[in-house]
Amino acid sequence: MASEIIPRGWRGIWLRIQPWVAVFDGPFMLFFLGIAFLSTITLYSAGNDFDGRFAGHIRNLSIAVLIMWLVAHIPPVMIHRVAVPLFVIGVLLLLAVALFGDVSKGARRWLNIGITRIQPSELMKIAMPMMLAWLVHRVEGLRTIQHWLMAVLLLMVPTAFILAQPDLGTAILVFSAGLFVLFFAGLPWRLVLVALGIGVLGVLLLIVFGDAACADGVNWPGLREYQRQRVCTLLDPMRDPLGKGFHIIQSIIAVGSGGIFGKGWMQGTQTHLEFIPERTTDFLFAAYSEEFGLLGNLLLLSLYAGLILRGLWIAIGAPTLFSRLLAGAISLTIFNYAFVNMGMVTGVLPVVGVPLPWMSYGGTAMVTLGFGAGILMSIARTRSQTVQGFVLQRSA
Amino acid sequence: MITEFRANDSKDFRLRASFVAALVLIAFSLLLLRFAYLQIWRYYDFHALSEENRVALLPVQAPRGEIFDRHGNIIARNGSGFALEIEPHKVPHLEETLQFLATLIKIDELDLRRFRRLKSELRRFDTIPLRPTLNDAEVARIVVHLHRLPGVSVNVRSMRYYPYGDSSSHLLGHIGRISKRDRERIEQSDLASSYFGTSHIGKLGLEQAYEEQLRGRTGFDRMEITAGGRMVRSLARRLPVPGQNLRLSIDGELQRTVEQAYGKRRGALVALVPATGEILAFVSMPNFNPALFIDGIDSTTWDALNNSPDKPLLNRPLRGTYPPGSTYKPFMALAALESGTRKPEDTISDPGFFMFGNHKFRDSKPEGNGIVDLRKSIVVSSDTYYYIVARDMGVDMIHQYVEPWGFGQRTGVDLIGEVNGILPSSKWKMERFKQPWHPGENMSIGIGQGYNSFSMLQMAVATAGLANRGVIMKPKLVKAIEDPNTGDIIKTEPELMRKVEVSDKHLDLVIDAMVEVNKSGTGARVFAGAPYRVAGKTGTAQVISIGQNEKYNAARVAERHRDHSLYMAFAPAEQPEVAVALIVENGGFGAAAAAPIARLVFDHVLSKKGAARGQ
Repeated sequence: MASEIIPRGWRGIWLRIQPWVAVFDGPFMLFFLGIAFLSTITLYSAGNDFDGRFAGHIRNLSIAVLIMWLVAHIPPVMIHRVAVPLFVIGVLLLLAVALFGDVSKGARRWLNIGITRIQPSELMKIAMPMMLAWLVHRVEGLRTIQHWLMAVLLLMVPTAFILAQPDLGTAILVFSAGLFVLFFAGLPWRLVLVALGIGVLGVLLLIVFGDAACADGVNWPGLREYQRQRVCTLLDPMRDPLGKGFHIIQSIIAVGSGGIFGKGWMQGTQTHLEFIPERTTDFLFAAYSEEFGLLGNLLLLSLYAGLILRGLWIAIGAPTLFSRLLAGAISLTIFNYAFVNMGMVTGVLPVVGVPLPWMSYGGTAMVTLGFGAGILMSIARTRSQTVQGFVLQRSA
Repeated sequence: MITEFRANDSKDFRLRASFVAALVLIAFSLLLLRFAYLQIWRYYDFHALSEENRVALLPVQAPRGEIFDRHGNIIARNGSGFALEIEPHKVPHLEETLQFLATLIKIDELDLRRFRRLKSELRRFDTIPLRPTLNDAEVARIVVHLHRLPGVSVNVRSMRYYPYGDSSSHLLGHIGRISKRDRERIEQSDLASSYFGTSHIGKLGLEQAYEEQLRGRTGFDRMEITAGGRMVRSLARRLPVPGQNLRLSIDGELQRTVEQAYGKRRGALVALVPATGEILAFVSMPNFNPALFIDGIDSTTWDALNNSPDKPLLNRPLRGTYPPGSTYKPFMALAALESGTRKPEDTISDPGFFMFGNHKFRDSKPEGNGIVDLRKSIVVSSDTYYYIVARDMGVDMIHQYVEPWGFGQRTGVDLIGEVNGILPSSKWKMERFKQPWHPGENMSIGIGQGYNSFSMLQMAVATAGLANRGVIMKPKLVKAIEDPNTGDIIKTEPELMRKVEVSDKHLDLVIDAMVEVNKSGTGARVFAGAPYRVAGKTGTAQVISIGQNEKYNAARVAERHRDHSLYMAFAPAEQPEVAVALIVENGGFGAAAAAPIARLVFDHVLSKKGAARGQ
């Protein structure tokens, strides 16, 4: 191979680069680069008034790609092996946070490890699905009630820690990442449908009886007052137009005023007149939507859909139970992020601090999601190596 | 380890993956429907709203509560005035604009420095004051040029005035621009709507401690506006709720009298009513002009204040701690009596020093005071007497009997940032220095030196407790909170803090000795001719330690190393109406510098008494 003559021109350049990027999954990377491009131009616009934010975003994106590239090199067997230690470390760190964590913005989420502060709940977003996938793989499918109890216990303990911090947004993401694994591992359909039904019913009830439940002095069991306020503000942002409703109202105005074609890049008045709060981070989608309109939204949704479906496709073809479950859960986690974020920006979901994957400014989520994407690609690679055997099996 | 999965598992997985794929697509379609609803169906509404957004929601600022002294004189008030403000992001050539403005009105170096500092600190779209106050002539000169000065505006804004300038600056505190850190705290505590459209927040002193009451609540006007920017009608409105007024127990005139008496000297004074805990005077010297801080101070003035060796920014009565010196002796005497260590009639011989091992503890009177009993020990302020008392009691017993008076503990006054001070014990020393208590350290504790370190507020509260025969009331600055709308007044009730167990016989003895101090003892000259009887004790606290065989010589010691002058007293002795504790830093002998200021306080309060009763 080394003696092969490399032709000149574009093809030659590609041939030189190709060995370096071969670990990337082509289609996945294509969707990813699409999103990264949109995020770059949107952040340039929305972050125009923040010194250094654009450069920071480029840096964060580069780090995400680098991590993806590094993790993609790790064979799934290795990932399989580190699942349990990673989870144990994660739980220990969460315990440490509960005991000695730093309090910031009213919540105990950070752990000071001398050099820097880390947020262990972030690790759990990846470690949780890895652990459960490992468990299911180990017992070859959750076949007995003990298996299920074990799985539920592993799911609940870290979730409870994170809820106690309190950090509802992260708790939901970690919990659902684990739930996705259980679903793929064969959660009974009846349960799935019942849960979906209860969810839909709950939302309907809230819409019908929202006013009564949001009256002053009503307590919602299991939720803190500020969380109740968020849901209530969602149902009726005008309750508090200067305070808690302000974010939602302004972000909905931004999205709605974008129309079909958008106001154009750098032309968003809501964005540039500082009406959108957190417009470079959790509410970046409002800025995007204002400037690129419904068509832009359609493009972005398609890119995410492509990314997620590609991830599921990788999962279907994965060679082991572990990698299959993990790939499925990671794909759905990306969906979860995207859906919750866009839902909250457009006022259909309560405001929980969930960023839009690879769009929002912020290093932590970039790293976590880059890690997840790297795992997906690592699994995709083994798949392409075993694909022939797989196809033969299927046709037999 | 890694097992290939079974074929039916694979089929189930594929089914489930297809199911979620379908769910993902459905969920995204629902989102798309939502987008379409907002961006097509409601496009015109939101388009109009975004067009109008600049002026659609007008905050209506709530007037901040005002602050009055006990006689109803206003000491922090509101007013309105014109301010020259700049939005830097709208100004194409900032430097040229600044130069041009300087040709119209006077803009001095301080204004420019403050402007630049705020510009670097505030958020990019904030409006920054260049000249926070303009007179009418200046307004007129600028307004004719405004049309060609984009980003420059003259705005009416509400102002905070402190009519007495420097007076009571530490007590009142001041308001200042909301900083980044304030904003984070506001958002955290869900107060964003209360501060909407507000640029200032209470910092320090009462303005900070009573921020919640003073602030009020911002109202808003939601206006419908034509494309041309004309206001058509108000769609919704919430009236602002004005902040509540504070009525202080402080006597402003007394406060200024005391401040004047201090002159250029440094120190702290607290005077209060023993029966109720009402604070009549709360003085920290030197003081500063709070108005400097309202719109951001320029860095030169700030450095000058902050780095001054006089520490004008330190709230001394609240946060400055000092060894009490001999003003501690009445409390030591009570401790000795109550613990049974001494009987009133026990005597010692005071030769002018006390030998502990081979260490010589010198008395302030080198020739000694002869035969000294408890009463005399207070009247002549015998150090030797208390060296021996302290040796016999030991630090922990002293701690046990003195602690109930509140030394080394926060008094719980209605200000933020109070410090504990130090009332030493062997346990404290172990925790602090990881060293056991040394018996040689007991002696200096007995005369109010050594590790002892209390705030003047603590001293004053303890003195009031003595006057009140062991009943300690919580010190309070605010007497009542008044709602300016309804006129409702909520009085703050006197609050009992603690009752110190102490026998009447012992109290009478100590108080009697304290009266004698001002008749024939160290305070006699200062209180000569006073129409009331004063129970008090002078004190002199060492700033630097003096070698065993050296003699203290005020003239030879640098001014900063001179002794602190202290005084604590209450009057009239038989029915106390005011208790006071004060320090004059580096003032020298207690009777010389501190006691005359206390006399001013007593003269002021007790001579006014008749007038106050007449009301």
